Amino acid sequence: MRIDANTDVCIGAGQCVLTDPTVFDQHDDGIVMLITKHPEGEAAHRAREAVELCPSGALSVIEEPGDS
Amino acid sequence: MPETASITTTGTASTATTGAASGKVTDAEFPVARGCPFSTPAEYEQIREHSPIAKVRLTTGREAWWIAGHELGRAVLADRRFSSDRRRDNFPFVSTDPETRKQLQDQPTSMLGMDGAEHAQTRRALMGEFTVRRMAGLRPRIQQIVDQHIDEMLSSEQRSADLVEALSLPVPSLVICELLGVPYADHDFFQGLTGPLLRHTTPPEARGRIQEELNTYLGTLIDRKLTDPTDDLLGRQIAKQHAAGTFDRTSLVSMAFLLLVAGHETTANMISLGVVGLLQHPDQLAMIKNDPEKTPPAVEELLRYFTIADTVTARVATEDVQLGDTTINAGDGVVISGLAADHDPTVFTDPDRIDLERGARHHVAFGFGPHQCIGQTLARMELQIVFDTLFRRIPTLRLAAPLDDIPFKSDAFVYGAEKLPVAW
Ligand code: HEM
Ligand code: SF4
Repeated sequence: MRIDANTDVCIGAGQCVLTDPTVFDQHDDGIVMLITKHPEGEAAHRAREAVELCPSGALSVIEEPGDS
Repeated sequence: MPETASITTTGTASTATTGAASGKVTDAEFPVARGCPFSTPAEYEQIREHSPIAKVRLTTGREAWWIAGHELGRAVLADRRFSSDRRRDNFPFVSTDPETRKQLQDQPTSMLGMDGAEHAQTRRALMGEFTVRRMAGLRPRIQQIVDQHIDEMLSSEQRSADLVEALSLPVPSLVICELLGVPYADHDFFQGLTGPLLRHTTPPEARGRIQEELNTYLGTLIDRKLTDPTDDLLGRQIAKQHAAGTFDRTSLVSMAFLLLVAGHETTANMISLGVVGLLQHPDQLAMIKNDPEKTPPAVEELLRYFTIADTVTARVATEDVQLGDTTINAGDGVVISGLAADHDPTVFTDPDRIDLERGARHHVAFGFGPHQCIGQTLARMELQIVFDTLFRRIPTLRLAAPLDDIPFKSDAFVYGAEKLPVAW
């Protein structure tokens, strides 16, 4: 899986960072920054949760060939 | 579930109705007051059992759509066809007091009431002040504020207090002072105004005067920070605007005022209700006393369970919108009931039970969509620190009155307790 972040719509609520700070961070202006686009294992699970929680629709999961 | 023929529902084609012509509503006026903190109005469930949306009569006498389902609620809050602009004609205000409604309507538009690009621009200018990292930096100071107030409680001979006055109100008030950069010397003055501003019993005219006085104070504070820059939220906003040649005193005052109002009573009420919720569930409280790691999920559950800002999430449709079988007409008011959404049994198993280990964070206690609370990370942290510290330092804390005797703000915009007698 790959995580995609649309920085144009992010509203900086920080839900993603609270969910997994090893995948998501915020720039100083509050906008989301991906630490990794390819989280694995537990982090992948939490990243999916962050996508669900994100209030602005900025985050999406893209399934990739070879994903198990 | 009893037949509720008087509710206009739209779950089935035969009852589907559209627009303002669909007059029939439940006898109940919305929002329906909560009987006590541990009950959600039965009418919310009645609506949800038929359909997540129904036309209802508001306590103001107007009609509006009431959304009681979690999925639909989140969808509408994320839908740009619904406006937050409180100046729009049919905005579903829930306050029955015309003076209060007028005050809300006449306030200079803050980000809360903006839409689309204007909202995004205003919010983005402030967002950096509320990052998870910046909020974490405030933790030591908030801990200190909480400890000082608990010291004061413990120094009282009576071993009893009104928690609202002793802790719930002053802590978030001081945190906002620190955040905005209100000088220490002005804290008493500031609290002297914000207290009555938020107190439910203050008459609307007096509230209007206080609001003016606060705006004057905030304006003067901004002028001072313009000539004598400070490294705090207001100072940084001023410096940024000044450097960009966009200094706008009026909008800065309105922003500061919004932060003050949005972040004060909400957090205060969650402190009081959270304490009640925890004290009423001693086995679960013991769990978080033994393991502070359990506090963050406990805070989420308390936020969900009480969803104090039930009706803050209100909108007006800017065009005709089809929601399932229901047509919302342009100009219709819509209340996305946070409390109803957060007690939707299809999303939260056994929703009327407090389960501090539930670990569900997809509640809408902070709203959803572009307006989701900008102060949520701060609020979470304040609540975590307060609950951890209070029960660690005063392990024998108990309610000093039967639940029935505690004055809950049943008709208030934001649910909470007027007073909370505690003893130890
Ligand atoms: C437990 C405490 C809190 C609760 C339950 C709460 C609840 C909410 C809700 C439901 C909204 C969304 C309103 C809408 O969609 O129209 C909101 C927005 C907002 N909140 Fe909070 N809030 C809390 C604490 C705070 C704090 C501490 C601050 C700031 C210091 C704050 C500042 C704001 C602001 C500025 C907005 C408007 C955001 C926007 O329009 O983009 N809130 N809050
Ligand atoms: S949760 Fe969504 S809106 Fe919030 S900071 Fe992360 S990406 Fe942005």
